[in-house]
Amino acid sequence: MTIEVRNLVKQFGAFKALDHVNLEVQAGELLALLGPSGSGKTTLLRIIAGLDWPDTGSVRFDGHDALSRGAGERNVGFVFQHYALFRHMTVFENVAFGLRVQPRAERPSEDAIRRRVKELLDLVQLDWLSDRYPAQLSGGQRQRIALARALAIEPRILLLDEPFGALDAKVRKELRRWLRQLHDEIHVTSIFVTHDQEEALEVANRVVVMDKGRIEQIGSPGDVYDNPASAFVHGFIGESIVLPVHVTDGRVRLGEKTLTLESQGSASGPSKLFIRRHDVAVGPAGSGLLEGDVRHVRAFGPTQRADVALHVGGSETVIEIDAPRDRGLKPGDVVGLQPRRFRIFAEA
Amino acid sequence: MSTIAIATDHVLPLAQRDARSEPRVLRFLVIAFAITFLSVFVLLPLALVFVTAFAKGVSAYLDALSGSETLSAIALTLTTALISVSANLVFGLLAAWAIAKFEFRGKTLLITLIDLPFSVSPVISGLVFVLLFGTQGLFGAWLQQHDLQILFATPGIVLATTFVTFPFVARELIPLMQEQGTQEEEAAVSLGASGLQTFFRVTVPNIKWGILYGVLLCNARAMGEFGAVSVVSGHIRGETNTMPLLVEILYNEYQLAAAFSVASLLALLALVTLVAKTILEGRLEGHPASDD
Repeated sequence: MTIEVRNLVKQFGAFKALDHVNLEVQAGELLALLGPSGSGKTTLLRIIAGLDWPDTGSVRFDGHDALSRGAGERNVGFVFQHYALFRHMTVFENVAFGLRVQPRAERPSEDAIRRRVKELLDLVQLDWLSDRYPAQLSGGQRQRIALARALAIEPRILLLDEPFGALDAKVRKELRRWLRQLHDEIHVTSIFVTHDQEEALEVANRVVVMDKGRIEQIGSPGDVYDNPASAFVHGFIGESIVLPVHVTDGRVRLGEKTLTLESQGSASGPSKLFIRRHDVAVGPAGSGLLEGDVRHVRAFGPTQRADVALHVGGSETVIEIDAPRDRGLKPGDVVGLQPRRFRIFAEA
Repeated sequence: MSTIAIATDHVLPLAQRDARSEPRVLRFLVIAFAITFLSVFVLLPLALVFVTAFAKGVSAYLDALSGSETLSAIALTLTTALISVSANLVFGLLAAWAIAKFEFRGKTLLITLIDLPFSVSPVISGLVFVLLFGTQGLFGAWLQQHDLQILFATPGIVLATTFVTFPFVARELIPLMQEQGTQEEEAAVSLGASGLQTFFRVTVPNIKWGILYGVLLCNARAMGEFGAVSVVSGHIRGETNTMPLLVEILYNEYQLAAAFSVASLLALLALVTLVAKTILEGRLEGHPASDD
């Protein structure tokens, strides 16, 4: 099932949750909507599910209008951040719910329901919990049951709203690997919302980065990481060193110092220089484009992280850099920093 | 740290008391005061009701209860309670549903209005109905033309009771439903459930103990309501007297045993309500709803 979103606008009072959003989701892919809170990602997901309606715009499933149909008629499985399991029903009844509420003519027999629920509980590896109530389960178990429940109606689309957001870090990591595997098995078109970049980059085929109700970039995880399309994406994904620079006729100036960097066609005016932390070579004084004094050094694992006050003149600029532990940086050292890769974006 | 530990070691054996709790005398006094107070102001009157009711023996008690006036009062009270509690159950569910699950203009006003009967004296609640349906009232002339009797008849009593008791169910359900949010309903809808299926399979089971609790309190008040009902009833013997009104009439006529016999039924209702309430409160707290 493909999903086609055209010119979606949704406003809550004065707040623009979605601002002319266009998106195409291919059949069978696992897509991540990534963005900070308030970026409109959940609103977009809820509109696709039929739990919210846009002010204007269209949503099509396989070319057919979806907005004219209610949530129950769209055959969409929805998984909520806080699970939303029916607390008065056993795990079994929770999973069976979608089958039991079908019109009598389409409803499977009791035996068929039993078999189907068993299958699904096996799929999420929790068949031994079928008589428990949601309150008796751990967060990770609840979310897997919620997923089984959503899959019971054989949805053509699976939507997950921050599915791991309420779980602790370790369980979250396990579950996202598990979700990836599950998707490889069942191949239903899936969209999940997250504000966790690691989760998006690790799990999804494609990542949609959103900010302030707009889509900033759509691409493969590698693409959005290596070729961020905007300052926002560069800053949001991965750890970057950000320096305020000024571009004048293709020359890049940092403080009072002119850097021998290509301006990458950035328009004249205040701009931002982004360098991935791992793209900086740390050498002795005089070895790099930038130079600075080491202030504090923190060591953990194979790397050491240091605050470096740059020699740029004017106001003090301190950046954080990573260096191999055997570089043995000490406070007071002067280091030369050479960016291997960098990006310059004009300030919006 | 160590000096402090040494200091307490010295103090403890001398003072002979645990620093974490109050002195034993104080504890005893506070508990004794509470028990005495409760006994004098709650238990004693309650016991007196039953003692006075049975003062002239069991047969007199049963006679008093089986009199035609008493039976009619009991019937009227039960009818009134049945109708007003049902009405308030429907109204309370709808109001709580609207307030908890939707955002709309005037929501705060609606919540305030629901509380109105609690903040207005019952007598005034009764008077409002006199102003509306009395002969000189707003609809008085129209009612007379169509030969409809509301005041000094069962409909008036039911209306007044319904008005006075309508916050109970709504008040109980609003916070419960607000806390539960709309996610379970959304999940049900996205799984293909219709509106009615969602309501009866998801919403109602989640609030059933709250509903029962609200109905119980509503019923206790409906049966015991005096002020508002007194104004609209007209005190027609054997016709428009509810149990609380009958108690007052009998008392004023110095039929103490009879008055207290009827009163004992109301007191019994109160005790049953209390026990049921305690059980329900346990259910409400132990409910998985409080988890998470």
